[in-house]
Amino acid sequence: MIVRETPLSVDEAIASVKHAGAGAVVVMLGIVRDHTRKDGARVGVVKLEYEAYAEMAAKIVAQIVDESCAKFPGVRASVQHRVGSLAIGDVAVVVAASAPHRKDAFDACELIIDRLKEDAPIWKREHGDDGVTWVGMGP
Amino acid sequence: MVRVLYFAACRERAGVADELVDVGNRTVEDAIAVVATRHPALRDVIARCRFAVNQAFVDKNSVVPDGAELALIPPVAGG
Repeated sequence: MIVRETPLSVDEAIASVKHAGAGAVVVMLGIVRDHTRKDGARVGVVKLEYEAYAEMAAKIVAQIVDESCAKFPGVRASVQHRVGSLAIGDVAVVVAASAPHRKDAFDACELIIDRLKEDAPIWKREHGDDGVTWVGMGP
Repeated sequence: MVRVLYFAACRERAGVADELVDVGNRTVEDAIAVVATRHPALRDVIARCRFAVNQAFVDKNSVVPDGAELALIPPVAGG
């Protein structure tokens, strides 16, 4: 897993999973959105600050990728996550997955991002119209 | 000694990113009780935290070896 402050690279991600045996590469980009929803209301977002426990995030994501490869044999996957201050439209995460056939590539990519959001020790501080909060902490 | 790491909302409340605490060979639960005494502002967040010893999630009954790294993991929000 790559964790860095500089912009992520979709080309790098594709290059690291593409190989002659893979008939499909699926890439998911997590992008900073201009809004969020709180108590059913739409709240504008100005920027996000991401922070990571980088060494542990790398271990957790490696385990998640292993899980995906065990569940979908033939899959290769690559994950990059950006940290620091991100603006609307910036790419926060790239998950690329390749497989011999497209269904496994789609499924592996989805599993990896879903599991990353559950377990990776990464946090985001949201600067919204209503103030600054750590996402997930709630009231 | 154990190096305790604070991230995100925990770091804001503790006022420090990491520190050495003399809780080696105690359970996570006991170690965190000591941490909560040092930093009362952490108390309301601790209930929502998971814990990691040497970069692996552990439960509260796990023992924190002397010399280990103990991290408080508040609700995550990656991706």
